Amino acid sequence: MQAEKQSSSLARQILKSATESSLIPFLAILTAVIVGGIIISIVGGNPFQAYRGLIEGSLGSQKALSETAVWATPYIFAGLAVALAFKGGLFNIGAEGQLALGAVFSSLIGYALPGWLGFDLPTIIHLPLAIIVGMIAGGIWAGVVGALKAYTGGHEVINTIMMNYIALNTTSFLLNGIMKDKSPTNVIARTPMIADSARIPTIFEGLRVHWGFLLALLVAFFIWWLLTKTTLGFEIRTVGLNPDAAKYAGINVKRTITLTMVFSGMLAGLAGAIEVTGLNFRHELGFSIGYGFDAIAIALLGKSHPLGVVLAAILFAAMRNGATRMQFITQLPVDLISMLQAFILLFVAADAIVRYIYRVKSKGERVVLTRGWGG
Amino acid sequence: MAQTNIVLEAKDITKQFPGVLANDGVNFNLRKGEIHALLGENGAGKSTLMNVLYGLHLPDKGEIYVNEKPVLIHSSNDSIALGIGMVHQHFMLIPVFTVAENIMLGDETVRRGMLDQNAVAEKVNQLSKQYGMDVDPLALVGQLPVGVQQRVEIVKTLYRDAQILILDEPTAVLTPQEADDLFRIMRDLTKRGVSIIFITHKLKEVLAIADRITVMRAGRTVGTVSPKDVNPEKLATMMVGREVNLVILKKQANPKEATLVVKDLHVEDDRRYPAVRGVSFEVHAGEVLGIAGVQGNGQTQLAEALTGLRPTQSGQVTLAGKDITGKTPRVITETGLANIPEDRQRHGLVLSYTIADNMVLCNYYRPPFANGVVMQPDQIDANARQLIKDFDVRTPSPFVPASKLSGGNQQKVIVARELSRPIKLLIASQPTRGLDVGSIEYIHSRIIQKRDEGAAVLLVSSELDEIMVLSDRIAVMYRGQIVDIVPAANVSKEYLGLLMAGVKLEDAVKSAPKQEKEIKVERVF
Repeated sequence: MQAEKQSSSLARQILKSATESSLIPFLAILTAVIVGGIIISIVGGNPFQAYRGLIEGSLGSQKALSETAVWATPYIFAGLAVALAFKGGLFNIGAEGQLALGAVFSSLIGYALPGWLGFDLPTIIHLPLAIIVGMIAGGIWAGVVGALKAYTGGHEVINTIMMNYIALNTTSFLLNGIMKDKSPTNVIARTPMIADSARIPTIFEGLRVHWGFLLALLVAFFIWWLLTKTTLGFEIRTVGLNPDAAKYAGINVKRTITLTMVFSGMLAGLAGAIEVTGLNFRHELGFSIGYGFDAIAIALLGKSHPLGVVLAAILFAAMRNGATRMQFITQLPVDLISMLQAFILLFVAADAIVRYIYRVKSKGERVVLTRGWGG
Repeated sequence: MAQTNIVLEAKDITKQFPGVLANDGVNFNLRKGEIHALLGENGAGKSTLMNVLYGLHLPDKGEIYVNEKPVLIHSSNDSIALGIGMVHQHFMLIPVFTVAENIMLGDETVRRGMLDQNAVAEKVNQLSKQYGMDVDPLALVGQLPVGVQQRVEIVKTLYRDAQILILDEPTAVLTPQEADDLFRIMRDLTKRGVSIIFITHKLKEVLAIADRITVMRAGRTVGTVSPKDVNPEKLATMMVGREVNLVILKKQANPKEATLVVKDLHVEDDRRYPAVRGVSFEVHAGEVLGIAGVQGNGQTQLAEALTGLRPTQSGQVTLAGKDITGKTPRVITETGLANIPEDRQRHGLVLSYTIADNMVLCNYYRPPFANGVVMQPDQIDANARQLIKDFDVRTPSPFVPASKLSGGNQQKVIVARELSRPIKLLIASQPTRGLDVGSIEYIHSRIIQKRDEGAAVLLVSSELDEIMVLSDRIAVMYRGQIVDIVPAANVSKEYLGLLMAGVKLEDAVKSAPKQEKEIKVERVF
């Protein structure tokens, strides 16, 4: 009886903490939608029509839903990459570069491996191999930054930005050079198509949404489990919150920092690999522009919680996907969506504004007050 | 000055915080030129009352009178204008600024659009001469010792013409000598008509310096007494609300084999200067070895090196016959170390973690708390519930974040975690710093209990009283070396004071004048 009472109060606690932590992001989105609406009216558009277009274009039909899921897939992976790093106290700005390398190596395995071996591979071997190699590429790329941080103190923000330049320009070099599709009709910097055996099948006939979307949801669940239920997750969170206490507790802080970046890079690499094997079937210069950076916004909006990341990724995906329909109905430029996203992020980051507008008391402030009691 | 000349009065102050009635109808008054001590445990409401007087909180109810006129204090600017100055426990100074720059901060003297540092320096010199406080206005604050930084804070308030001074736990950060200096300054100030509210939880200080003592407990004033009419036991009872054992009852130690053996240990500090320079000692099973010394003589680095948090330069450390020199904290912990770290919020706890998680911080990866890589929340909760009961941690539930607990309860969480394991050696650094009487009493008895169970205990503390109460033998550190190790039973506080200044008895005899000077300092205390 008492245990029952306890578990129900625990459930209520969890629910309460979930609603509390999602309150600010929700209010931030609401505020951004209102501010966006005002701006649409100012430039002479009809905000209601615009938002109707946005919703129709993202959720209004089977095809719209499928495309939203297609957009959401890389967003979830890359958002998880940034969120995991945040949990470990690290700011991974390099998801973009890790993602590009994941895509390059995944596509290389996808189109070239059968040629090297001299025989075709079954899907059950070829596809996982292409995905895993892409993941490893991203993991190594980020792991270098993690090791630099752990063993030399080099700051990961600077180093991930630098590694982005190296990764993106190396990608450009490869796609314009040895990896370029040699077929005489091709003038674009892109790889040849990957073999059929390295492609992820679609879920429904005639729609582009592929099993990679489901994999993204599974991976999100796995990351949640890793962070909250395992000793490794405990170590990552402890190092993220208080590295001194982590060292005191006997955690190998340097190893944990390196490992966190490796995992983060693997998730970003996975985003690239899934785009290649599930959607584009090749890597093309410029296809991924911005995924890695949007991922930072998604991780922030999702408060670095895997479920929050999934929801934020789907929201961003819906906005990107619905933008075309919105433009078609209202003649408003799709760039409006970037602005709307920027507003959401602004209100999440500067949550004092939102707290002020909606008179939401800050929990953090209360903690400070509590300290004031000590005499 | 004998007549009741009241400069500050608070009547019926009530302040409600979410979940806690921090002040419940508090009455308090301050006479001109007196030192009025405000005594109470952590969480008794002392700081809240002072924050109300200083304008940081608005009271829900009650009136404040300054010089018998009712006033409303909405901000610290209001209180400064009324002549109230406050020196916070954590100094509000900018280390890279000079003393003069810090003092004029917020009230800058400007000449032709430029800061006029010289005019400020002159006034600071004049003030420090007037009140007998030695402060160089052009020194960088970051390079000054803590005691002098505190003087800068006091001068800062006097610079703004404060007539009423609030000192919040001013001795918490000071060495005994620096505390003596502060008391001398406080007396000088009161002779010149400044009135002082002295917030503390240290009974001896209150009895030594205060003219009147007001005791607070659980948001209410218990009473105001004169130091002549009370003794430490009575004050402690008023503070805690029950009888308190100020003298710990402990049996004769029964030392056995050497558990911790340290040979010629050398350790560097963060700036890579030698901090521990060739230290050798042994701690036996069943005894407490106290490491005394003025803060900053290598004790911190010694404890960190022994617990694996800091690399050793040379020397050897063995624990229970196993060489642990330069090993990681995990290896040392698994060899049988319990570590109560000096800085409980930095090393001892993850503040945003729940109490339950903090209670498995060092053994989260071992059964029964983890099964392989998967953690076992049921076991972790059960462990927390048991330890909360066993160690009397005051918390509504094991799921409360550690940041919400008072300092004493935070320390109890650490003590519970460390002492609930089977251990061979306990290293306790400043185990009761900043805690209230009740918590100190409790933690001391737990340390002695562990000793009697056969653990070796190394106690590092800058509180001489604590060292003398708990230790069986006392090692005194001075400039990175152990001056002497003496049995605690028959050593005088005076002799320890000499050792803390680096003077051994045979040396002391040779340099008689120096010895005399040191003893004078003790007498003042």
